[in-house]
Amino acid sequence: MARLGDAVRAVRSKNAGPFMVTVDIFCGTDAAFQQVNAAVTASAVARLYRVDPERVGRYELPALRVVKFSFPRPVPQGSRGDRDMHGAQWAALLAEAEFGEPGEGLRRPSRP
Amino acid sequence: MATRVLVPSGVLGLGFDREALRRAASDRPDIICIDGGSTDSGPFYLGAGVSKYSDASVRSEWRELLAARAAAGCPLVLGSAGTCGTDAMVEDMLAATRSIAEAEGRRLRVATLKSEQPAASVREALQAGRLAPLAGAPEGGIAAEDIARCTHIVALAGAEQIAAALRTGADVVIAGRATDTAAISALPLMNGEHAGAAWHGAKIGECGALCSTRPMSGVIGLEFDGAGCTVEPHADGARCTPESVAAHMLYENADPFILHEPGGHLDARGAAYDALDGRRVRISGSRWVASETYTVKLEGARLAGFQTTALAILRDARYVANARRWLGRLETFLAGEIPARTGLEPRDYAIEFRLIGVDAALGPLEARASDPVEVGVLAIVTAASQATATEIARLANPFLLHFPLSDDEDLPTFAFPYSPAETERGPLYEFALNHVMRLDDPMEAFRLEVTEVGHGPAG
Repeated sequence: MARLGDAVRAVRSKNAGPFMVTVDIFCGTDAAFQQVNAAVTASAVARLYRVDPERVGRYELPALRVVKFSFPRPVPQGSRGDRDMHGAQWAALLAEAEFGEPGEGLRRPSRP
Repeated sequence: MATRVLVPSGVLGLGFDREALRRAASDRPDIICIDGGSTDSGPFYLGAGVSKYSDASVRSEWRELLAARAAAGCPLVLGSAGTCGTDAMVEDMLAATRSIAEAEGRRLRVATLKSEQPAASVREALQAGRLAPLAGAPEGGIAAEDIARCTHIVALAGAEQIAAALRTGADVVIAGRATDTAAISALPLMNGEHAGAAWHGAKIGECGALCSTRPMSGVIGLEFDGAGCTVEPHADGARCTPESVAAHMLYENADPFILHEPGGHLDARGAAYDALDGRRVRISGSRWVASETYTVKLEGARLAGFQTTALAILRDARYVANARRWLGRLETFLAGEIPARTGLEPRDYAIEFRLIGVDAALGPLEARASDPVEVGVLAIVTAASQATATEIARLANPFLLHFPLSDDEDLPTFAFPYSPAETERGPLYEFALNHVMRLDDPMEAFRLEVTEVGHGPAG
């Protein structure tokens, strides 16, 4: 298992309007793209962020070596209970997750 | 014929490279377009009808852009004035334009385009079946009462409304809420440039130099023609690469290939991004797909209570190590004491705690754990009035300061960073609409006016 953030160039997240968040994985190389694209599924991301897998959009952009996920925010931007107005810190959760072979899914970080 | 659009930066108030702007303006673009707003910073700005950026930043940059406009001899368009794009924000930018024009002895023809929607007309649209929810809209649909509770509702203008403002022959267009792309795409579309390229280039350029390797430099040039669009950064050392440009299509966009706009959508699935040299990128291959009906997106914000916050810092190592357990005890205690002492029902208020240094950003999703030096305890109280929110925060104050880990130990005293420990945050607003409204005529929900400001030579 490798830490996703160590295997790719960058992981970023941001609101896509007040009700959605979008997470972009910039893999950097074709090899990393192929590895990430095979291992990081919509259902793995849904489990990590605890959202309904039916509502996770997944996009593959091989030319850019990007895998992108979009899903509804658990709390609309700025409503009571929202913790991150811009949704930009959610990327850290995915960057710190560990991934391995296709089918293994994502594992929450094991190291402290 | 090509249409050259100069974008000084991603938003008015954020700054730009002045030398690059000067150079780009002297190169005689056909139009200068800048965005003034967005929902990025949350519902407060629309709810309260105010701008996020400081008046000093906005006015000093606007003066520089008016000077660039005069040097370029072309129209200047501001979209989404004052962050939220309400009518009062349009008026505020008109007043700023007037005072600059008067101070500098310049006469300007200013078109204002207002986007604010009276709740009554949105309610009528709901009843007439002209509203449709978008993905992620609040569950359970929208009711007439939800619309009535909005303090401000705006419709996002598209290229059609900006074009109508440009057709007045205005030197300056000040638009209320508009899509990020509308101000940029309007003139290329009026000139008959490739529609897919007009929208795609506008999306790439809407955040200024964010699509380049030097995002803080601001100034971007877009050249539209009958087949595509060329993107060029103007700051020294800034470069656009196929990657930097294509990556911007992903930015703040749920679907990286489709961009919905009034009157249709951009389909960028067939787009090609080609380096013309080390700093310019050619975009081609996108399609504009017109929709059967003309719709504009609505944004609305409503009051959701008032908030008072308090902050304490745990530094004692035992309390830091047991911060979650300590907070659990405190929450249980306050859940009993607040109703008992105030007579409030639990539904009348909310008190949320965030442990800064533990999981404040991600909450229950947080997967990491480590030993912080200290933990910030942020209490956020929400109630129907400011007075009630502050009363609850004051009630919690001595416990936030002294609450022990167990009943049989000396009372601790944590660090309050200031006195009083409570801070009144004012009103809490929430986004209430995520809908589109169908229009028979693109102008029917918008109001266009032309005003002459200043004195002296025209332009």
